[in-house]
Formats: sequence, C-alpha cells, structure tokens
Amino acid sequence: MKSKLNLDFATVDKARQAARAIAEDTQKFILQHTSVTIERTCARLLGIDGVDAYEVPLPNLIVDSIKNAGGLGLGLSVYLGNAMIQTGKTPQQIAEAVAAGELDITKLKMADMFEIRAKVDTVARQTIARIKTNREKREEYLGRFGDKQGPYIYVIVATGNIYEDITQAKAAAAQGADVIAVIRTTGQSLLDFVPYGATTEGFGGTYATQENFRLMRAALDETSEKLGRYIRLCNYCSGLCMPEIAAMGALERLDMMLNDALYGILFRDINMQRTMIDQYFSRMINGFAGVIINTGEDNYLTTADAVEEAHTVLASQLINEQFALMSGVPEEQQGLGHAFEITPDLKNGFLYELAQAQMAREIFPKAPLKYMPPTKFKTGNIFKGHVQDTLFNMVTIMTNQKVHLLGMLTEAIHTPLMSDRALSIENASYIYRTMADLGDEIEFKSDGIMAKRADQVLREAATMLEGIRKDGLFKTLEMGRFAGVKRPLNGGKGLDGVATKQDGYFNPFIELMQQGGKA
Amino acid sequence: MSSGLYSMKARDFCQTLDLTKVKPYGDTMNDGKVQLSFTLPLAANERAIEAARQLGVKMGLTDVLVAHHEALDNEFSFFVVYGNLSHTVDVTTIKVSTIDSDVLDMHGVDEFIKQNIGRKLVVVGASTGTDAHTVGIDAIMNMKGYAGHYGLERYEMIEAYNLGSQVANEEFVKRATELKADVLLVSQTVTQKDVHVTNLVELVELLEAARLRDKVILIAGGPRINNDLAKELGYDAGFGPGKFAEHVASFFIDEFVKRNKK
Repeated sequence: MKSKLNLDFATVDKARQAARAIAEDTQKFILQHTSVTIERTCARLLGIDGVDAYEVPLPNLIVDSIKNAGGLGLGLSVYLGNAMIQTGKTPQQIAEAVAAGELDITKLKMADMFEIRAKVDTVARQTIARIKTNREKREEYLGRFGDKQGPYIYVIVATGNIYEDITQAKAAAAQGADVIAVIRTTGQSLLDFVPYGATTEGFGGTYATQENFRLMRAALDETSEKLGRYIRLCNYCSGLCMPEIAAMGALERLDMMLNDALYGILFRDINMQRTMIDQYFSRMINGFAGVIINTGEDNYLTTADAVEEAHTVLASQLINEQFALMSGVPEEQQGLGHAFEITPDLKNGFLYELAQAQMAREIFPKAPLKYMPPTKFKTGNIFKGHVQDTLFNMVTIMTNQKVHLLGMLTEAIHTPLMSDRALSIENASYIYRTMADLGDEIEFKSDGIMAKRADQVLREAATMLEGIRKDGLFKTLEMGRFAGVKRPLNGGKGLDGVATKQDGYFNPFIELMQQGGKA
Repeated sequence: MSSGLYSMKARDFCQTLDLTKVKPYGDTMNDGKVQLSFTLPLAANERAIEAARQLGVKMGLTDVLVAHHEALDNEFSFFVVYGNLSHTVDVTTIKVSTIDSDVLDMHGVDEFIKQNIGRKLVVVGASTGTDAHTVGIDAIMNMKGYAGHYGLERYEMIEAYNLGSQVANEEFVKRATELKADVLLVSQTVTQKDVHVTNLVELVELLEAARLRDKVILIAGGPRINNDLAKELGYDAGFGPGKFAEHVASFFIDEFVKRNKK
C-alpha cells in the first residue's frame, strides 16, 4: 500500500523494534510471576463456580486458602489436581468442601507431580474444547450471515440492570449496531473478585458476571438470527480481574474485550507489576477464544492534550501490539485504540485528526483499529455535539477504522437514552453511505499539513520508545510519561496478590492455548 | 394569503417583555416556543403520534406540532415536538445564591495570596467514592487545565495535590490531614441514582467526626453540582459546568481571608 502521508517506514520499523525490546524485557518479569486472579481463572476454567452464603465466590475462597498457606507460588492447579487424586472429588466438590471448612487442600499428602498434571489436564482439555466450540460457533454465524464490511458500529448500554440492557441492546441492534458493549458498573475494576449471577443494580453500568454474559449473548443470538447479522458482544477485561473476565467471556462467547496492557495502571491505580502479569494470561485467553481485544490509548487524550501527546498514543499502540503478539493475539484481533479528542477551537484540528487516523491505519494495516469519539470537549450543547460526532464519523470512514465507537450527542449529560443511540447510528450510517469511497478518491499533499503532522507524531513516538527501551517500562510509568500520570512500582492496588512462581508451578491452560488447543 | 398575514394572526399576544411573566422566546417576544424530543414505548403509528401530541398539551403547550416521528424498534418511537408554552415564571421573585467573589486570573490569585495570606495555600482534590471519572478534577487541578484555563498546579502560590479517582472518603480525609490541607476539592461525575449526594454527605460527616470541618474550605464540583445543592449538603461552595480553576481559586482565597479575619 502506498502511504498517503509519505510515512517514513524505516522509522516505523525502528519504533516497532524498540517496542519489541521493551515487551521482551517486561515479559521476563511476567513469566516469573503469578497472581491471585490468574489462579482464580484456572479455578474457573477447571469448573469451579458459585458463591458461599456471604456471596464470596468459590474461586476466591479456594485460592485464598492456598495463598494464606503460602502456596500461591506453586499455583492452584498443583493443589487442586492433587486434591482430585486424594479425594476422588470433582473441582467443584473440592471447592465446596473448602468453602465449608471441611477440607484444606494445602495439607493433603502430595501425589506424584506427573499424575497431578495428567489429572488436571483431562479437565483442562474439556474446557479448551468448550472454548473452541464457541469459537467455531461464532465462525459458523459469520460464515452464514457474512461479516460486516466497513466499520463496526459499536454502541454501549449502561442501565445497571441486565434485563433493561437487553431491551436496549436489541433495539440498538435493530437500528444498525454491530457491537453491543455492556458498560461495567463504576468501581468494578477495583474489586478483587467477580460478582455472581444476574444483576439488576449498578452505577453507570452493569456488573460483569458470567450469568450476565450468558443472558446477553443468548438475547443477541436471537436478535442475530432475526436480523440475519451477527451482533458482537463486548465487555471489559480490565482492573483486578483481567484474566477471570477473559475466561468468563471465552466460556460465554463474547466477541470483543477491552484489554489494555497499561490502562489499569494509569487510570485505575492498579499496581503495575500486577497488571503486567495479569494482562498476559487474559490476552492469551482472548487470543485463543478469537476475541478482538480493544486497547485504551484513547484515554490518554482525555487527561493529556490530544495535540501535544499524540505520540504517546502511537508509542503505546506499538507496545500493546508487541504484548498482544507475545500472548498469542494475532494482528487481526488487535483493536488498537485511538481517539478524536482535539479541541474544536483549534484551527485545522480536523486535519490533524485525519492525519493521525490515517497514520494509525498505515502503521497497523491488519488491525481492526478502535476509534473513539469526542468526549472531552463535549458540552451540554447537544446540537454542537452532533456536529462533533459527524466530523468524527467522517474521519472514521475516510481512514477505514474498524471498531467505530459511536459518539453520543448527549455525552457529558447522561448514559445514552434509546433515542440518543438511534440518532447516533443514523448519523454514522448516513456518513458511511454518502462518503463510502471518499478515502480512495483523495490523496494528500506530500509536504502538506497532514503529512508533516503524521511525520512529527511518528518521530516523537520513535524517540519516546527509544527512551523507554533505555529506562525500562516500569521506570517510564514511574516517571509519568503516559497520560501525564505517575505510578510507583510498589504503589497502587493489588500488589499483595502477586507471587513469584516456585519450582513445580504449572498453568495447564497456558500450555494448551500455546499449542492452539490441539489434543 | 401571504405569509405576512399568517404571521399577523399568529402574533395575537402581548409582545412586551414582562419580568413577572417570562416565557420562552422563539422569534417573537412571548411566543412561548419550545422544542422537545422524547421516546414513547409505542409502535410508530397514528395512535402514537396522537399520544405524543396529547402529552405536549398536558405539558402546557398549545399549537402542538409533532414535527418528526420514527420507529426505534417495534415497540418504541421517537418524536420531535414543537409547541407554544402557556406557562410563565415571575423572575422578580426568584432567589438564587451566587458566589459573589470577584474572579481573578491566575496571576491575580497568586498576587492576592502573596499580599493577604503570605504563604502557599494547600489544596487537595479528588474524585471520591467509586467515581472513576477524573475529567472534572483534572480540569480544575492539572497543570494544563481545561479550555485554555490553567489548572491549580500551575499557580505559584498554590500547592496542589490531585489524588485522582476512586479515592475513598476515609482515605481522602487521611491524606488531607497529612498534607495539612487548607482547601478540599471534591469532584463527582457519576450521578446515577443520586450516588453523588450520598457520597458528598458521607465526606462531610467524616470531616465533622474528625473535627476538621471548620479547619478546611470544602468545595464540591461536577456536572450536576450547583452552589445551592453544595451548601445544602454542608459544603462552602459548589461549582457546576463552565467553571474553571480561577473561579474556584477566587472563591477560596476570598473565603480564607474572611475566615482568618474573624
């Protein structure tokens, strides 16, 4: 593909190599550690579910029992596999016995490690098969209905009540939405457990629970059949339970997950070591399940300036790309994020937006880029808001963005009403239609404002990545080079849930997923 | 039948502004024109259009025009409606509390502090409770500020600490004590089910329990906050949309000096 912006691909390669080195350096640290949520994910994938009388999830109870005995570094699978051998019970029965205080799986006689692995492996393979079946089911739908050409229209529902969400989601799909994202309740990212069951109360969103996933997927399958289009479902693999939510999504056939390597550190003050360790396994699950991940670079521009800090978005995209590749997420599943957040008061702001979006398209040609709408400069003036969204929609279609998160004219006022969503979809559909091939028709001046802008952003990103390669990712985050947010290495939430792996540790799913789940 | 004749007929009402009977303005004084849009849980048909019109009448509209309708789904329809409002308000009897400090710019604030206070003021801000949004507190505090208005971090005579989002009230009070805060800024963006009110009240209660309430200037901000609500909840002031760092700073320097004169 010929670059419309005259991009210097030698600089792109250099930047990408720096990102690779940064990811490799961090990966060494990641592979030496595990966390409570990674072990709870194994518990879930081995069939443990449900809560005790106090609503504490059984995966938490069993993993905490191991952690309290100092065994987290050996991992749940060793203890659980051994307990299966010693008691003859299923994982769920074992977890129930632990919850009831009848069994301490850290005190049992240890069987031979080879047998333990074999025991766990038989259960793990069943789960892997279920996830593969889900993936095949999605492919079957897409084969039957065909996949959407052009951008996916992505809208959110956020009522707090899963049943109300379903009503809204069905209406949005009927209006033309391709992806429904169920926004999580505020604060869920900071819970070190995943709530259980169908939920009807939430603030600014709905709890991510496995049952809520199941209910929404079933409703959207019904809608997909009716409309003859496959409607994708999106949720949030971020916060303190990244891999657990990935696992739940894989089990219930979610199609898309917010899943950023750095977001939790910067915007939720989650400890950086914990986040890096957790993102690896969560992305491995998403990669294996065929889930498109969305990264959160757009958020940088809500706290930092969209013109001055544009290069941090590109630098972060390149880092996210390398971490994703290391976790087995192919480029085709990498919804790298960016946003339309330049102030409307800036002269030629639209040109900068167009240049940056085109640049992202050319640097990540295979990625289903996630493009986020204006939010920061939305006011209560809904009429102006609709115009801002229209400009954003134009950039989307002209630069062939894929995951098109629609802006709402009532952004900054409330979570979308049904009519807000309809107006937004109408707007986007109109722009797609009337400007369908505009992008192919136009070329940009080789030394014009846009080419210069893209070149500047690219060079700044490459320089930044060189700096990070020198200092290391953790130090960079401590210095506040992303989003203007500083985070200490040992600060933030969740560090006490991290453990160094001991000899004998194993996670059956990492191995099976790396092999592509082949028997 | 020119349009002029039609207009003459339509303007069959008093066209002088009367502050005891104010109503919306479309293109003629006292025409009462309003536009609204809403969704009804009804299939889009003649019956639904009539339902929309009747709702307009019940809201006090005359000459209701259902300008647009469309189906959102099988059982939901969207309407755009125009009408002439019959209601009026008496503006002469309205009382609202406004913050009456003069607004100084950044240099003015710094200069005022140097001359009247003689030391840096410590300002601690956060988006508290479960609220994950930092847009409000960032707009007021971050170096860069918002829409060309520098944030408090850039003020020479203000020591600003932005604790970020999802700061528990207990933690906020603890940090405020450690940092010897003169001013506390609390931002609340999420307002679903009035969670912001509960959270704001809880902070006041904690400060009172810790005997700190009188020692700090306590200010709330957010899209659904106004000065009246903030005062009702036990705050010294509240700032809503369209207010920047200099508005907030001008208030608290004035308040600080007033308090220390007493």
